[in-house]
Amino acid sequence: MSEDINLTKTLRERRIIFLLLVLAVAIPIIFPFSLKTHSTPLTEKAFNLIESTPAGSPVIISFDYDPSTVTELQPMAIAIIEHAWRKNHRIIAMAMWPQGSQMADMAFSEVQKKFGEEKVYGVDYVNLGYKPGGMVIIQTMGRNLKTVFPKDTAMNDYDSIPLLKNIKTIKDIKYVVSLSAGDPGLRDWIMTANGKFGIPVAGGTTAVSAPGFLPYVNDQNQLSGLLGGLKAAAEYELLLGYEGTASRGMNPQSIAHLLILALIVAGNIRVWRNRRKEKMAKEVNNG
Amino acid sequence: MKSKIPQLLAFLSGLVILVAAFIPHTPFGMFEETLTNWFMIISSFAILLGQSSLIQSNVAKITQKAPNWKYHIATLVSFGVMLIFGLLWGMENTPGILGQGEKLAESLGSKPFDYLFEYAFMPLSSTMFSLLAFYIASAAYRAFIMRTFESNLLLITAVIVMLGRTSFATILTSWIPDSLHFLRLPELTDFIMQYPNTAAQRAILISAALGVVGASLRIILGIERSYLGGEK
Repeated sequence: MSEDINLTKTLRERRIIFLLLVLAVAIPIIFPFSLKTHSTPLTEKAFNLIESTPAGSPVIISFDYDPSTVTELQPMAIAIIEHAWRKNHRIIAMAMWPQGSQMADMAFSEVQKKFGEEKVYGVDYVNLGYKPGGMVIIQTMGRNLKTVFPKDTAMNDYDSIPLLKNIKTIKDIKYVVSLSAGDPGLRDWIMTANGKFGIPVAGGTTAVSAPGFLPYVNDQNQLSGLLGGLKAAAEYELLLGYEGTASRGMNPQSIAHLLILALIVAGNIRVWRNRRKEKMAKEVNNG
Repeated sequence: MKSKIPQLLAFLSGLVILVAAFIPHTPFGMFEETLTNWFMIISSFAILLGQSSLIQSNVAKITQKAPNWKYHIATLVSFGVMLIFGLLWGMENTPGILGQGEKLAESLGSKPFDYLFEYAFMPLSSTMFSLLAFYIASAAYRAFIMRTFESNLLLITAVIVMLGRTSFATILTSWIPDSLHFLRLPELTDFIMQYPNTAAQRAILISAALGVVGASLRIILGIERSYLGGEK
């Protein structure tokens, strides 16, 4: 009987928590407000890498994620493409995750709305698509890029793409940005593209996996900047001077974080009260 | 013999890759190039293997009427629909067997594969990932309880970092004078992430790397044979 009561109470509490979370996310979306964020050194480092690379440089953006993490990583992709295009970098998109290629196409279409016909496929950007193999494909790209990607996603031959004309190996690339939701991903780029070929690598990851990459941001510049989660994407938008999906998404995320903190406090009060009750009951029983 | 030949192949492949890392010249460089090309080809076949395994396991569950077998039909139908649309009209710029499917793309706004990817697969995937937030909220209420010194330390750190990662962090602690700026939440968060967290992550990384070296040597030397199947 008492177990049934506890179960009902637990279910009721859980439903209330879920409802509160829905409200915490929905209300800031329905009634948006503006909260200022500030940029952090890790985001600024990634920004400076792109900012300091000369115009016309060929660069790689690797889309190593799928739609499950699109909320955090797609705003980063859009901001980085916009920054690279503002600096007139020529972007080579590729993917080590099967759906990464579509993520790249969607990000390019989004940024293309701002740049219009100024940016031409094959000249300013190209999508080489997905290739399985993780670290090994990066190693092979160090010998010959064409071996790994003989055609782009539109089935154009490597040699017929103007952007790739003078790019033989990954050593011709000025920097790599890996937007990574797991393995294979950023770690492979750090170990191979930076460790073996000395190419500057910056990364974007989900907030939950960002702490694992912090050791690579060191004096050796194994990682030249790290964007961790939606907040970093919002910071990047701030540095570029526009308010995009990440900045707008920060409001519900911030409110949800506050709710979680409130739940931690409420949970501790609940346990403290229960302990007090038990203690008092014991004292009464002992006489 | 059945296990000796694969062991010998593993030994030679491992040795060549290891030596080529230090002597990247002929013949080791050439062997390494060939082996890495083979790896890429085998990886591609792994995708095919995954698809065949998906079909086999789902068909088996449907024929055996396993619990919730109807969901497995949904999996197979979804797989079949995406596969057929992808094969017939391709995706984005990639043409399919029937070309680019301009007429269909005109009426749907995009190719059938891309349409389903954008309006079915993407929202479903994001929804699945978002469900984590509900579990985290529930766990915050139930599991993040002050009990021992360690749990208290974890709790305090988590609260600082969580709050420091919100847009409120700056507003809440902007009143702290410049002489005590390190007590502002964003800076406190950065300190926790940069020093205690990085130190612990480095220790984990180094341990994991040593573990990988050990496991690789065991495979190369034939001590670890579980990858062959059936043996320990």
